[in-house]
Amino acid sequence: MDTREQGGASSELVTRDEDGNLPDRFENPGPPPHRYRLADTDPKAAKNAERQVAALFGISILGTIFAIVAYFLFTPENTFASIKLSNTTLGLGLGLALLGIGLGAIHWAKTLMPDHEMTEMRHPMRGTDEDRTKALEVLETGAAESGIGRRPLVRNTLLGALALVGLPGIVLLRDLGPLPKDSLTKTLWAKGVRLTRDPDGKPIKAADVTRGSIFHVIPQGLNESERPLEEKAKAAVLVIRMDPNMIQEKDPAREGWDVDGIFAYSLICTHVGCPVALYEQQTHHLLCPCHQSTYDATQYCKVIFGPAKRALPQLPIAIDDEGYLVAQSDFKEPVGPSFWERG
Amino acid sequence: MSQTTTPNTAAGGVADFLDTRLGASKAVRGLSRKLFPDHWSFMLGEIALYSFIVLLLSGTFLTLFFVPSMGMTTYEGAYAPLNNVPMSEAYASTLRLSFDIRGGLLMRQVHHWAALLFIASMTVHMFRVFFTGAFRKPRELNWMIGSVLALLGLGAGFSGYSLPDDLLSGNGLRIIDGVIKSIPVVGTYLSFFLFDGEFPGESIIPRLYIVHVLLIPGLILALVGAHLGLVFWQKHTQYPGPGRTNQNVVGFPLLPVYAAKAGGFFFVVFGIMALFGSFVSINSVWNYGPYDPSPISAGTQPDWYILFIDGALRLMPGWEWTVAGFTISFNILIPGLILPGLMTGILIAWPFLESWASGDRREHHVLDRPRNVPVRTAAGVAAIVFYTVLALAATNDLLATHLGLSINDITWTLRFTAILGPPIAFWITKRICLGLQRHDRELALHGRETGRIVRTADGEYFEVHEPLNEYDRWLLVQHDARRPIELPPDVDENGVARPGARKDRIRQKLSRWFYEDRIEPLTPSELAASHAEHEHALEAGEGEERPVVTTGR
Ligand code: HEM
Ligand code: FES
Repeated sequence: MDTREQGGASSELVTRDEDGNLPDRFENPGPPPHRYRLADTDPKAAKNAERQVAALFGISILGTIFAIVAYFLFTPENTFASIKLSNTTLGLGLGLALLGIGLGAIHWAKTLMPDHEMTEMRHPMRGTDEDRTKALEVLETGAAESGIGRRPLVRNTLLGALALVGLPGIVLLRDLGPLPKDSLTKTLWAKGVRLTRDPDGKPIKAADVTRGSIFHVIPQGLNESERPLEEKAKAAVLVIRMDPNMIQEKDPAREGWDVDGIFAYSLICTHVGCPVALYEQQTHHLLCPCHQSTYDATQYCKVIFGPAKRALPQLPIAIDDEGYLVAQSDFKEPVGPSFWERG
Repeated sequence: MSQTTTPNTAAGGVADFLDTRLGASKAVRGLSRKLFPDHWSFMLGEIALYSFIVLLLSGTFLTLFFVPSMGMTTYEGAYAPLNNVPMSEAYASTLRLSFDIRGGLLMRQVHHWAALLFIASMTVHMFRVFFTGAFRKPRELNWMIGSVLALLGLGAGFSGYSLPDDLLSGNGLRIIDGVIKSIPVVGTYLSFFLFDGEFPGESIIPRLYIVHVLLIPGLILALVGAHLGLVFWQKHTQYPGPGRTNQNVVGFPLLPVYAAKAGGFFFVVFGIMALFGSFVSINSVWNYGPYDPSPISAGTQPDWYILFIDGALRLMPGWEWTVAGFTISFNILIPGLILPGLMTGILIAWPFLESWASGDRREHHVLDRPRNVPVRTAAGVAAIVFYTVLALAATNDLLATHLGLSINDITWTLRFTAILGPPIAFWITKRICLGLQRHDRELALHGRETGRIVRTADGEYFEVHEPLNEYDRWLLVQHDARRPIELPPDVDENGVARPGARKDRIRQKLSRWFYEDRIEPLTPSELAASHAEHEHALEAGEGEERPVVTTGR
């Protein structure tokens, strides 16, 4: 047997060889002399330890009683203080009940149970050569009796069957959800849909949007739609008003998308989709609190810092006959986090 | 059954019943005197086990009241500020648990604290195993099981954290949705399958619920069983020390000492969790409100163990490209999937990497002192530094507001630290380890400084050293010196290239990286030589040894 497989030499006992030469490793000196504890030699100390252990168990009993009493005594009412009182007293009782048992048992073990370390031998994990030969024999006999080696046709079809049998399990998962189709590129916004306040759904007059103000906006009818949260996760919009001359480089393609400096941008971060809810009025920066992507409203919400790549999509808006803000159309590109087919 | 031990007490009767049916006496005889080495660091894994049991108990209580549904309801209950607010059943039932069920808030908080402790203790336990080399042969499989347990722990924590369906947990799911959507080709489909359509859908909470209360705990339970079974079967490792060898186990027997300590410790962990749950509030979901895709507050951080992924997401620059009409978002893929995958891969592969480099095929039951394996220790510290910097990056907004610095500066600093920090930490740690080894060697050679300075006849000063006793010395000299492997030349004498030579060259490089810089442990002949030299010096001075200076130490 290869001795290198047999466990390290590092701690083995080594002694001077026959010629009296020193070995090249030190000898393990063996266990150091045992030190006795006070309670081992002094019966008084032992009695003391015994009392301490019993006291800890006693505390546990009191804790249990306290917890049960507290449960009925401090029933929470509609106030925060009463809930807190109930929580604290219950937990305190339970905590003492548990800690008493735990600390008592540990103290008992440490002071009163034997603390003589003992030694037992290890055996190498590897079986003996005989074990191995026997095991191999058994396996070989099994294989031979099954005939798996002699009948490749059986073996191969079995392997094929086993390889395939998991597939229905995967196919069965198909109905976990519908296919995406075009749902990620469409929102509730369409020509003439009014911009309304989030969450109450009141339409917004252009005149109400003063310089420097900011509105969280949802499309009209969102709250009544079939799946409001899903729609909101795509359609939520931020409306800000700024001096149109602040725009650094005017994009002719976006001519007429704003109403007198009232701009509407998707609220959903193009990184992984948190709401870009923080607006710094002086700098006209929009900040996403999740990973700090920063968008500059003076550059059509281009990303100027952080992990996001794409600008927040702009919603082209107009004003209707009654002076309310409305969408000119849906977004011109998909909103929110990137995905493969987005292009 | 032997007639000589006919039971006549009640306990004896039960024992007899069990033994005659299960052969219990054989098991008790075999197991109860099994030895367990003792060291405080061996309790770390125990803490993980006990906090898991606390999670099972408190979690079962929660399931009695929690409603895993995203169906809409209108809240009416003890918490007035949210009265008449529309919300999911899940969120409403979490509020009910917190305010209307006596002990519900306690159990929620105990459950959450125990979750944090569970993952924290697993992590530190893993550090212990890593730095002491306990993962070496024959325990590589248990290291792999442990790594999977750590991953399952993250999954358990994240799925649980998502259940209450409050604003924070919903935003966490939103981020998961974004990460999944970034996967090339199939991302959108996976997201639609996971959420049963568009985010957030109405299925994710019930789905996560079954993952959280059945699937993951079941897997964890099974793997914990295997993990502990292996510890039992292979016997525990022990720290080096006098009397401890690679062929023995020195420790306390299962009965009574170890059982009393371990059992007691379970109650201590549970008790501390109960006190935390009663005094320190955690995840006060009523403050956040129900999930809604548009509001959010600044300073939103996930539970600590997810911070590193969140931080990595924050540090990445906006690397996203559109190629042939398809979008590839490396800004999300790298931090969200590639990096955690790579970290996990290295974690799981480490034992094999190391044994490949050392060429060591022996069993190891005596632990390494971390200083004696400088490169492993340094690599571990470098990994911890990397992880910590990423976790810190997830708090860059808090750092900015608390330190009054710009978030851009902090992010840039952390980007550089994440790249430069680990190699610097590696280098420093390795130096420290080598320094400590040198110090050990000196100590073993010359003994302890006594603070007594002596002048020889020639007028030389030296400090009197008190030699170590053999028990103290053993700790400093017991380890193997590991040297880089030597491989046969690439071409044999006939100039024929050896098969596998290229792979071997990589292996040799790795081995050199691991073991080139080393301090060899002291040998008995070196000690003897040093003693002889010493006596010689003293004889030359004709024993004119007198103390002249005392340092007062
Ligand atoms: C395996 C380790 C586990 C971890 C790390 C874990 C972690 C968590 C966390 C962090 C929460 C959020 C708690 C909150 O703040 O409200 C949670 C919730 C929950 N967990 Fe666990 N858990 C584990 C196992 C279990 C088990 C075994 C069960 C049940 C048998 C369970 C049942 C629940 C339930 C019902 C909730 C929702 C309670 C609520 O929202 O109030 N958990 N879990
Ligand atoms: S989701 Fe906005 S920065 Fe990540």
